[in-house]
Amino acid sequence: MKILILGAGQVGSTVAESLVGEANDITVVDSDGEKLRQLQDRLDLRTLTGNAAHPSTLEQAGIADADILLAVTQSDEVNLVACKLASSLYNTPTRIARIRAADYLNRESVFNTDNFCVDFSICPEQILTDYIVKLIEFPEALQVLEFADGKASLVAVRAFTGGPLVGQPLSFLHTHMPQVDTRVAAIFRKDSPLIPEGDTVVEDGDEIFFIAATNNIRSVLKEMRRMDKPCKRIMIVGGGNIGRRLSKALEDDYQVKLIEYNKKSCERLAGELTNTLVLNGDGTDEKLMQQEHVGEVDVFCALTNDDENNIMSSLLAKQGGARKVIALINRSAYVGLVQGGKIDIALSPAHVTIGSLLAYVRQGDVAAVHSLRRGAAEALELVAHGDRESSRVVGRRIEEIDLPKGATIGALVRNDEVIMGHRDTVIEAEDHVIVFVIDKKMVRKVEKLFQVSLGFF
Amino acid sequence: MIRTLTVIHALGLLLVMFSMAYVLPVATALIYGNDTMLLDFLLAMVWTVTAGILMWLITRRYRGELSIRHGYLLVVTMWTAMPAFATIPLIMTIPGISFTDAYFETMSGLTTTGATVLAGLDSLPPSINVWRHEMEWLGGLGIIVLAVAVLPLLGIGGRQLFKAEMPGPMKDSALTPRIADTARNLWAVYAVMTIACVVALKWAGMDWLDAVCHAFSTMGLGGFSTHDASVGYFNSPLIESVMVVFMLIATVNFASHYLAWHSKKLNIYWYDAEAKAAIGLIVASCLGIAVFLWWSGVYVEFWTALRHATFNVVSIGASSGFASVDYGQWPIFAPMWMLFVGCIAASSGSTGGGIKMVRTLVLFKQAGRELLKLLHPAVVNPMKIGGRVVPNNIVFAVLGFIFLYFMTIAGLLFLLLISGMDFISALSAVLACVNNFGPGLGVVGPASNYQGLSDFQTWVCTFGMLVGRLEIFTVLILFSPHFWRR
Repeated sequence: MKILILGAGQVGSTVAESLVGEANDITVVDSDGEKLRQLQDRLDLRTLTGNAAHPSTLEQAGIADADILLAVTQSDEVNLVACKLASSLYNTPTRIARIRAADYLNRESVFNTDNFCVDFSICPEQILTDYIVKLIEFPEALQVLEFADGKASLVAVRAFTGGPLVGQPLSFLHTHMPQVDTRVAAIFRKDSPLIPEGDTVVEDGDEIFFIAATNNIRSVLKEMRRMDKPCKRIMIVGGGNIGRRLSKALEDDYQVKLIEYNKKSCERLAGELTNTLVLNGDGTDEKLMQQEHVGEVDVFCALTNDDENNIMSSLLAKQGGARKVIALINRSAYVGLVQGGKIDIALSPAHVTIGSLLAYVRQGDVAAVHSLRRGAAEALELVAHGDRESSRVVGRRIEEIDLPKGATIGALVRNDEVIMGHRDTVIEAEDHVIVFVIDKKMVRKVEKLFQVSLGFF
Repeated sequence: MIRTLTVIHALGLLLVMFSMAYVLPVATALIYGNDTMLLDFLLAMVWTVTAGILMWLITRRYRGELSIRHGYLLVVTMWTAMPAFATIPLIMTIPGISFTDAYFETMSGLTTTGATVLAGLDSLPPSINVWRHEMEWLGGLGIIVLAVAVLPLLGIGGRQLFKAEMPGPMKDSALTPRIADTARNLWAVYAVMTIACVVALKWAGMDWLDAVCHAFSTMGLGGFSTHDASVGYFNSPLIESVMVVFMLIATVNFASHYLAWHSKKLNIYWYDAEAKAAIGLIVASCLGIAVFLWWSGVYVEFWTALRHATFNVVSIGASSGFASVDYGQWPIFAPMWMLFVGCIAASSGSTGGGIKMVRTLVLFKQAGRELLKLLHPAVVNPMKIGGRVVPNNIVFAVLGFIFLYFMTIAGLLFLLLISGMDFISALSAVLACVNNFGPGLGVVGPASNYQGLSDFQTWVCTFGMLVGRLEIFTVLILFSPHFWRR
């Protein structure tokens, strides 16, 4: 596919990186030539320096035969204009824009074909915020990812001694909790994947991915480890886009303290937030942390723009006694370095948000994509179409489907109902099938499997 | 000096406009066929018009835009000249009234205080009563605001005048791009509500004269009545409840009324933090005092206690000053609490007096901010009222205002004490005048009036009313040496 990406920032370069690996022709446009040069050194793609909202730039970048336009520059307005131009002048089939301002997002009609012609809008900050909110809601989990509009969830959790399942084979789960249906999709032991079978014994320290209906998450988590007290006190460092959104999302249900370095931003934040205590200071200042009782904090989130600062302040917070610390880390090299050490969760914004973009770019009817384990694994929600003749999945039992090794069907969502994927479950047309793929290389094969053969049309 | 002449030029114009107010008492005299009254009021009108035109003509060479400082000067001179001219009919028709007393009465009317030196109100000619109440109505929303609305020639200076007269600390939130439009809209809302009040009072059982007079003093939050026994004369729960409703309406910022009217949405009031706080405080006080009166045995039945507590607490709390019973006889807690509520409850931009609810909220939140700052030294918490951030300079302005307010009250209180008044009467008289609610306690209580005061005491109270109505700064600025320096 020919994909045109406008903007070579965090989002643009991550999505480029991810898509190049999937045999696409990528062109990246940005006004900053230096950024583009770095990108081109690393990846096999074309770059163009220029204003992304100018038709001449778009033409040079080859918008005329692009299949997808991804407008992810820093500016909402540039993204909107680019989508509008792509639609009216060049008939680009799919146009995706990154839109941050709630003012636009609250008015659906801004995006329709009469106005800015945006097929899909994404807001990375909002996705990240929702992600962190989930983590605070389920403090035991490492990751909580939603499928089928939130009906089913994939949860990553580290098994600890104290959970009834630890030291038992997986089949014990069903006998111990017959009323709750869940399925373990994968287990990572010392960072290498295991294919879960009924007789696989769960060990202390295993990273377990399970799928369950969203309202069953808590009871399944209980099997894996001792439950913590629910969170009450949250401390956030960094009042940027994410810190602000997170405070706003949490302030009514939790006691939120927000530390921001810039005095001006503090004043703006304090004006906007109603129940958050906004503090002016440095997130790595241990005196300030002690003064604000970091030891009593249930979740500490370091969300500044600076990776090193985030790491240091989370380490300080952990040492000061914070129960769980989350650090936002942009550089993927750092993520692997710190996660699982003193820092409980290292969040890579690129990996959290990329899935929402990938879902639109992938072939076949993909409803959601979540990148797991720093991009190594992936969970997809695919919609099955066709019938037994035209499709290679519909009308078959799961054991009959020719899935590549390392891919598992975790669950299906059929009209609002969440059905766990057992050997003998039969997939019907229009089912949303949640597939867990241990190795990203297999994604293309899985997508192909779900594509309807030509006879269908 | 030349600028001062410009002020006199504008003043002349305003006086001509003010003289139009005599139309109403003249019409009343015509309706009641009272020829001497008709003549007196026509004469007063002619005198005022003549004085105004003379001022205007003599200084016409100095006509021009008013600067900020001369805006204040114009407002204050207008507010001292108006009551002076308004005394003409009183002096001509009421036998034996001194200029001091007449000036007190007109100042009390125009500042919507509602304190009176007149006895035998029931026997006054209808025109005089209409005149007294009309002054309260005009003074309620502000005569200068009216002038800004109808006299386009005040020009840019109009905004300045508007700010100098309109009560409240935050006056920059203009409702419409043009200040004249804003003023016109506010007056339109005010007039429509007054008409509604007249109709409601008539329906509740008053005759037309009483209904018009009481509607004027209710909407202006004045407190004059056509009867010595005030509203107690009617002894009608229905009339009392109509007045309670309209007094509560008048304590809300008229900008909110305008917005609600304009957008046809009632939820505007929900976002008006000041109105919520004010109405909440008044309603809670009504219930609390009702329980207190019932519990302390003043009234045997709870419903009687509730009825009298509601009317009198709303009346004093909203800074009107009607009375339905002699609440001076209640245990001292109740009237003292009523005076306290009257000092703070009315909203900015309403027709009420006092330090205004928004300033009270600012002070409360400032105290909360200081406490929070002690607990969390790094905290950044801007003052927020109704979800909006209040800049620090306004907070300081409010603190300065409160200081001057207390100093004014203390100063006037000492003057009255020097003159030999007893403490409770003196304190309540000063509070009643500065906060524009009218009746106090003791010798100036609801059962009596300000008639017994010496001339000196009367002038002290008159000054208090003026200072209170113009929110202290506007008047005191003229006493600052910087004002007169070039």
